[in-house]
Amino acid sequence: MTATIDAGLRWEPACTVDRLMPERGVAVLLGEQQVAVFLTHDGAVHAIGNIDPFSGAAVLSRGLVGDRAGVATVASPVYKQVFDLQTGRCLDEPTVSVPVYAVRARGGTIQIGLP
Amino acid sequence: MTSELVVVGNGMVGHRLVSALLDRDTTHAWRITVLGEEERPAYDRVALSSYVDGTTAEQLTLPERTDPRLRTWLGDPVVELDRAARSVRTASGRVLRYDALVLATGSFPFVPPVPGRDLPGCFVYRTLDDLDAIMEAAEASIAEPRPGRRSAVVVGGGLLGLEAARALRSLGLSPQVVEIAPRLMPVQVDEGGGALLRRLVESSELAVRCGVSVAGISQERGRLVAALSDGIELDADVVVFSAGIRPADALARAAGLPVGERGGVLVDARCRTQDPNVWAIGECAALEGRTYGLVAPGYAMAEVVADRLLDGSATMTPAELDMSTQLKMLGVDVASFGDAHATTPGALEVVVNDPVAGTYAKLVVSDDAQTLLGGVLVGDASKYATLRPLVGAPLPADPVAMIAPGGVEIGADALPGTAQICSCNAVTKDAVCAAIHDGAHDVPALKACTAAGTSCGSCVPVLKKLLAQAGVEQSTALCEHFAHSRAELFEIVAGTGITTFSELVERHGTGRGCDICKPAVASILASLGNGHVLAGEQAALQDTNDAFLANLQRNGTYSVVPRIPGGEVTPDGLITIGEVARDFGLYTKITGGQRIDMFGARVEQLPAIWRRLVDAGFESGHAYGKALRTVKSCVGTTWCRFGVQDSVGLAVALELRYRGLRAPHKIKSGVSGCARECAEARSKDFGVIATENGWNLYVGGNGGFTPRHAELLASDLDTDTLIAVIDRFLMFYIRTADRLQRTASWIEAMEGGLDHLRAVVVEDSLGICADLEAAMDAHVGNYADEWRGVLEDEEKLARFVSFVNAPDTPDPTISFVTERGQPVPVPIGLPAVRS
Ligand SMILES: Cc1cc2nc3c(=O)[nH]c(=O)nc-3n(C[C@H](O)[C@H](O)[C@H](O)COP(=O)(O)OP(=O)(O)OC[C@H]3O[C@@H](n4cnc5c(N)ncnc54)[C@H](O)[C@@H]3O)c2cc1C
Ligand code: SF4
Repeated sequence: MTATIDAGLRWEPACTVDRLMPERGVAVLLGEQQVAVFLTHDGAVHAIGNIDPFSGAAVLSRGLVGDRAGVATVASPVYKQVFDLQTGRCLDEPTVSVPVYAVRARGGTIQIGLP
Repeated sequence: MTSELVVVGNGMVGHRLVSALLDRDTTHAWRITVLGEEERPAYDRVALSSYVDGTTAEQLTLPERTDPRLRTWLGDPVVELDRAARSVRTASGRVLRYDALVLATGSFPFVPPVPGRDLPGCFVYRTLDDLDAIMEAAEASIAEPRPGRRSAVVVGGGLLGLEAARALRSLGLSPQVVEIAPRLMPVQVDEGGGALLRRLVESSELAVRCGVSVAGISQERGRLVAALSDGIELDADVVVFSAGIRPADALARAAGLPVGERGGVLVDARCRTQDPNVWAIGECAALEGRTYGLVAPGYAMAEVVADRLLDGSATMTPAELDMSTQLKMLGVDVASFGDAHATTPGALEVVVNDPVAGTYAKLVVSDDAQTLLGGVLVGDASKYATLRPLVGAPLPADPVAMIAPGGVEIGADALPGTAQICSCNAVTKDAVCAAIHDGAHDVPALKACTAAGTSCGSCVPVLKKLLAQAGVEQSTALCEHFAHSRAELFEIVAGTGITTFSELVERHGTGRGCDICKPAVASILASLGNGHVLAGEQAALQDTNDAFLANLQRNGTYSVVPRIPGGEVTPDGLITIGEVARDFGLYTKITGGQRIDMFGARVEQLPAIWRRLVDAGFESGHAYGKALRTVKSCVGTTWCRFGVQDSVGLAVALELRYRGLRAPHKIKSGVSGCARECAEARSKDFGVIATENGWNLYVGGNGGFTPRHAELLASDLDTDTLIAVIDRFLMFYIRTADRLQRTASWIEAMEGGLDHLRAVVVEDSLGICADLEAAMDAHVGNYADEWRGVLEDEEKLARFVSFVNAPDTPDPTISFVTERGQPVPVPIGLPAVRS
């Protein structure tokens, strides 16, 4: 597959849109990087780093998606810390965060923007 | 310009300094190197004793920071301080230059110079490594084939000595505490309290000898003998010295820095030593000549130094040197706070001593009886949390009434705004009230935003009072998305016939759910029989264990447990499991529930592993679910000379009947073939023990954090009646228990307790037994193996991939090393750098 360059980001294809299930995540491998992609209830797609900073395990894509006070979140399946899907910030330990990736759907494909 | 800060000691206080500095150093003025003697990341030493009760080292670990400004070198103590060169040298020979040096080396246990103190079997009680060694020695002595109790001698009857003795008792030894002073906890407790304390301690199976010292330890016939000053000799398998601590000030002494009269690196109110580039904090520091053996003053010192390093002007205040303490020992309540020994000139003491109730309370007040100065509570320390913050404040009521049984209840409103609610983290009432005002409406939220209650936890009752006073109701709401308890949600789902989370949250809740309510609703839906747990929308409700029908382990791999009903397995079955484990490179271990756990399976391997297991006739063991786990059994009449019933046959029948049953928490069971109880049935949620006439049914047992013995619910039942009563018991539990409530606490919280439970499920007092039995029959009828369900469904199988764009590429962060001939995970991505 080929990557498209746009607004300084390199858009890598991740998967087809139909592989995303509402309120669940999938893991995507882009070179060395592991990205967790989620589809929320409102149809929005979010992409954050897949590595849980508290355990070091690459598992955030397997966490439970939900919301805290209206903010879309995922809870790490290891020690259950909750992360804001928009900002990557850990809501239980605000000094910790995970990377956030640009993500979009193009022609039925989910693409992730890498710097 | 970035300056170099070197912190010597990675204990509680050093850790606090580093966190405080990282948080506040917004201009990146400092680069921090921490040098620690212990191999482990910093941990909660205050909670050390909980380690013997099963709290893991990971759970005790203090939050680890990853930050480019921080490096941590563990297992490499500093051996020399060269102040002229501004450098330190470590045992491994590293030399580090510093602009500022902080000594946070804590204390070491004092061991009196008695002969034999170095013999194998003698220990101190300070670090996790000490506890590992003690636990190993205790286990080894218990394993020795000789009759009689194993015993331990604890030298020192202070706070730590009593904690150590309690820990030794938990490890199965009979401890004797030897205290040189005439009473236990002489530093904290006065004579009156000491007498009662001794009674309470002795009634919790610890023997006490006060007013004698240990003269020497010797070895006889492989055991230790402690000779006491009064001529008595005590046999011991383990000796623990807990006779006080000494500040670890050797580095400073050798570098020519002044130390306090009784040791400790001398520092001023800024926590600075005589050398302007060297600071000392925590237990190793002698603040204006005095050392402090508690964590709260140490934390305050860390905050002062963090501020000073950033050019602030903080100093230590007397209030931060609070020496209040509470004994953390189940069943023995002791607390002392403020000027407990009435040393303030003119201080008056008010004592209420009730030997019948077993309580002793003393308040120390100023000469005009207007101000509270301190106090001692023994037998009932429930007032500690409200009294301690009142030290130094005007008395809100008559002091006798404040401690007399049935006297005035001091509300949180009596506390002045400046009172420290949490002395460990120096949080005032004003700060807590401000946080409540800003929306922290429960204890976890208050902990998160103020840090109050996060260390020793003794202030949590006051936090609750402050919440109540602020009009915040402590609701039974499941989470922010549902105002209902789990039992109420169960009624709603059962009554309305709702089958999806979306519909439930739209009609009865708010938002989109979270990791608390989603699995709880998933469990309710499953208990009510809504098909496969991964069907349709239900898949998105499951915790990762249920979502992948396997148990997530620390490195992101899973463990696999096929069901082995009653622990009975054929040689062919064992061979299949062995072959699968060998072919997929899995680590195998026998579980406590009489089955085999295979660890290290990657998510994309799970279907292939289960294909082999299912083909060989195995089914899911639900080790991943809040569901029935196992029914353990002994061999019973089939083989055993003593058996009176067929325990294996019953265990297999029960396990097959209740397999796949989802519940508020896991359910374990066991069946023993006679009263000798080899299957340990009484440690289970429901346990069955054979009698000459049938079966006795016990309920509400569990192991874990708070072990409980199951209690007798009904006796001499025939097999059919037994199964009917278990059906009703389990269904009643599933319908009415809270989320994550085991049967023991469910019964305890029930009004009327076990008697009420018996009335409902044996005597049918509510007339619901037929209904409960019908619900169980429906479960049994609808059961289908979950793993077979996945293997037969392409859509469900498609979820079992490592990466959606590289389905068979293993997660590159997972790797294994071989230990004792088996693969075990390589620890991944831990922040601390180890040498
Ligand atoms: C069983 C137990 C129960 C306790 N209960 C309570 C309680 O209920 N309430 C309370 O307030 N306090 C309690 N304490 C005391 C509390 O743990 C200490 O006050 C606190 O840990 C002090 O922190 P610190 O950082 O000064 O010392 P420590 O936590 O002891 O840390 C010092 C660290 O420095 C390391 N070190 C020493 N020398 C060197 C060197 N040369 N180079 C590198 N590293 C070095 C040590 O190995 C250690 O890891 C308890 C202690 C114990 C042991
Ligand atoms: S419990 Fe009784 S029947 Fe079962 S193995 Fe032990 S002695 Fe034998």
